[in-house]
Amino acid sequence: MIGNTSGGWQDALLAHGPQAAQVLDLWRVTLAVCSVVFALVLLALLLALWRAPRGTHETAPLIAPDDRIPLRRVGGAIAASALLLLGLLGGSVATDRALAQLVLRDALHVELTGRQWWWSIHYDDPDPSRGFDTANELHLPLGRPVILTLRSGDVIHSVWIPSLAGKKDLIPGRTTTLTLRADRAGLYRGQCAEFCGAQHAWMGLPVSVDEPARFEAWADAQRAAAKPPADELARRGQRLMLNGACAMCHAIRGTDANARQGPDLTHLAARGTLAAGTLPNDAAHLAAWVSNPAAHKPGVNMPSATFSPDELQAVVAYLRGLQ
Amino acid sequence: MTAHDTLERTWRDPGGFVGWFCAVNHKTIGLRFITTTFVFFAAAGALALVMRLQLARPDNHLIGPDLYNQLFTVHGTTMMFLFAVPVMQAMATYLLPLMLGSRSIAFPRLNAYAYWIYLFGCLMLFGALFANVGPDAGWFSYVPLAGPDYSPGKRSDFWAQLITFSEMSGLLGSIVIIATILKLRAPGMALHRMPLFAWAMLVTSFMVMFAMPSVMFASTALITDRLVGTHFFNPAEGGDALLWQHLFWFFGHPEVYFIFIPALGFMSQIIATFARRPVVGYAAMVLALIATAFMSFGLWVHHMFATNLPELGKAFFTAMSLMIALPTALQIFCWLATLATGRLVLKTPLLFVLAFFFILVLGGLSGVTLGMVPLDLQVHDTYFVVAHLHYVLIGGAVFPLIGAIYYWFPKFSGRLLNERMGQLQFWLFFIGFNLTFFPMHLLGLHGMPRRVYTYPAGMGWETMNLWSTAGAFVIALSVALFVVNVVRSVLRGAPAGNNPWQAGSLEWATASPPSAGNFLQPPVVHGREPLWEPAAQPAGVIGLANDQREVLITSAIEAQPDHRAIFPTPSPWPFVSAAATTLLFVTSIFTPWAVVWASIPVALALIAWFWPRVRETLAEKPLERAP
Repeated sequence: MIGNTSGGWQDALLAHGPQAAQVLDLWRVTLAVCSVVFALVLLALLLALWRAPRGTHETAPLIAPDDRIPLRRVGGAIAASALLLLGLLGGSVATDRALAQLVLRDALHVELTGRQWWWSIHYDDPDPSRGFDTANELHLPLGRPVILTLRSGDVIHSVWIPSLAGKKDLIPGRTTTLTLRADRAGLYRGQCAEFCGAQHAWMGLPVSVDEPARFEAWADAQRAAAKPPADELARRGQRLMLNGACAMCHAIRGTDANARQGPDLTHLAARGTLAAGTLPNDAAHLAAWVSNPAAHKPGVNMPSATFSPDELQAVVAYLRGLQ
Repeated sequence: MTAHDTLERTWRDPGGFVGWFCAVNHKTIGLRFITTTFVFFAAAGALALVMRLQLARPDNHLIGPDLYNQLFTVHGTTMMFLFAVPVMQAMATYLLPLMLGSRSIAFPRLNAYAYWIYLFGCLMLFGALFANVGPDAGWFSYVPLAGPDYSPGKRSDFWAQLITFSEMSGLLGSIVIIATILKLRAPGMALHRMPLFAWAMLVTSFMVMFAMPSVMFASTALITDRLVGTHFFNPAEGGDALLWQHLFWFFGHPEVYFIFIPALGFMSQIIATFARRPVVGYAAMVLALIATAFMSFGLWVHHMFATNLPELGKAFFTAMSLMIALPTALQIFCWLATLATGRLVLKTPLLFVLAFFFILVLGGLSGVTLGMVPLDLQVHDTYFVVAHLHYVLIGGAVFPLIGAIYYWFPKFSGRLLNERMGQLQFWLFFIGFNLTFFPMHLLGLHGMPRRVYTYPAGMGWETMNLWSTAGAFVIALSVALFVVNVVRSVLRGAPAGNNPWQAGSLEWATASPPSAGNFLQPPVVHGREPLWEPAAQPAGVIGLANDQREVLITSAIEAQPDHRAIFPTPSPWPFVSAAATTLLFVTSIFTPWAVVWASIPVALALIAWFWPRVRETLAEKPLERAP
């Protein structure tokens, strides 16, 4: 489980999939070439400063210098620069091709929709009845290619999981795709990269990469409808949610709540974080979040709940039971 | 009365309170313009300090997202639209007529109007910020975030209207500059003898004229989307969110070069003077400027690599983004060759220019990185880009600009800036700059996105952010020292004389500060560095009247004398017209009907401005018959 809001790899220099690794290789080549060029330019500057005699403002200016030799050197330097740039262009195009050639046989299809400021996630399946919704936490199978279909529900967002792949925008009115594969199990962190309003900073996307068997187990659990409340307290919480404002925006499969304005809560308790990677998912933070979301994410669209303390306790008990 | 006094009286701006609003002399307007741009540079810098304080620690609650988003939007908007582009126009307003050997700038009243419009735009933006309606959708204002559905209220309207102000000022400024360069050069200053700074401004001004209409359409469409419910950018009604990005960056990338190319002009002037020789490869330098201008219109998609544009098209823009490094590299190599074969005078202006070779080259190389699609997809919209853009804009434009102020301050004021304070300021700025922005490269690679008001603890970003904040305050110290140096030197700096650096271009041929009419006898030019070359005949223009505003107009290519024109006198109407225009722009934020009724005062002011007067017509008639 992803418990810490900053947990997980989020580093372009720490590549754990072929897409990120290809880019990292290109980065290393580019860094080497650029460092050499930078060093040469500085060397030329230091050489010029060291060799040129000092003058004062009274020094008579050279009026019609013979610049044939300096110009020849300038020409040589330009030719060398052009060759280096062509080389880098070749590297860029080759990397582009390699990125496009990721083998997508047997790929997992996931639809990711950006909203201000959370992620709606739908796992596709060839058998439509086996598709399911979740939110704010991406689970991926180890070593299996993934096709993310990207949409936006409001403004432009951008999904970026630097340790797995470069970013891709989520654009209203258009559909974009991002393909990737994770070759190392563990926790990753993605984040929205396109400025999308007040809470752009807290639009995190925790990502968990698991062995295929564990992933399938997780997916099976997600496909199931929500567990019915276990005790009287939780039953009261469920009634409060279904009869109150919560059900206007959220869906809890297996109940009458099926709105799509806010994140799907069917298996909320199985997630590591709340509010798109903003808070750890435990009872205390859940209560704090439900009673005043704007205190944790100023500007957030979710209104404060008007529960009394014991009502809040019931709601939290119900939500904590949504494993 | 001597000829000098007559000339001074003819060209002087009127005194007194009312006279202050009537000024049209390019030096008066130029100094006001330069001063205003630096005031807003400092203001936008102060906003950045608050942002850096907020980011010094993770999970910081110093300011919230609402204020932070306004701060970074206003910081970026101000630095781009109200400082970097206009400051170059302002320097040109002061310097070009002197450098070209003319008594005036072209269209002096229009030039004054452009300044007032700019000033009112600045005041509107900061007024909005202080009234808590500062724009908060970024300096690029992507739709639909900046559109009516996701930015209710007036914040984005103030942003869009600010763009209208700066478009107007920028377009008028470039008309003034192009006309000045092409028609007011000293006789003999054919295009191939023109100073490289004038070339840089000519190229920039043409770029402004071709790029501005794009953002003009974009911001107008945004305003009508917001104000009267059009759907240019609304995909649900057949509009397109990406259309905005194409239009904005078709302007936005050339805009970077509006800032950079004039700075290249400063570099060439300063290097020639302080290496005691003309810059190597004049023709190559000019062609490089023109090539940069053309290529800069073929780069805009590299801001959009993360969208779903076709991959083959992106590869074209990668190629263009890499190749535009070549003309700049050519100029860098020519300057290095100039330094290597010159005799160097290591004074403050040259120090600021030498920093260019470190900072701009590093920024250019990170730009090459960003031009490559796969790498861009990792570092786009991260702190890596923040580092890159500050390396190119500060290293490529602000360092040369401050060098240029040290260089031309004696001309502006008649006094030298203090050299020791200058060197101290340079080192503070250089060290502070690298301390602030170098760590941002690493932050971006280590996964920190930009435009975030805070970040979680434990990401490994804390130390570098803290360094960066510390560096920002070193820069602030350096800027404060600069202000102290300027104020002290205005009051009691060492007298400069006409040509303290023994430079070769024409602005140094006249007094410091120049008299109102610039040249008692406008010079005739026989070479590229007129003051360095042996005297030749004729030395100056004779036959221009001193008792009225006569200016010699020359041909566009060869600068052959063509005719005399009588230039406009000081007038309050540019100011009044600008105030009326401002009324129209600001009120139309609140109601579309303002476009109708506020156009009445604009029309009245313009009619008063252009009302023909019998005395002027009588004076001009004989010149038209026998030029």
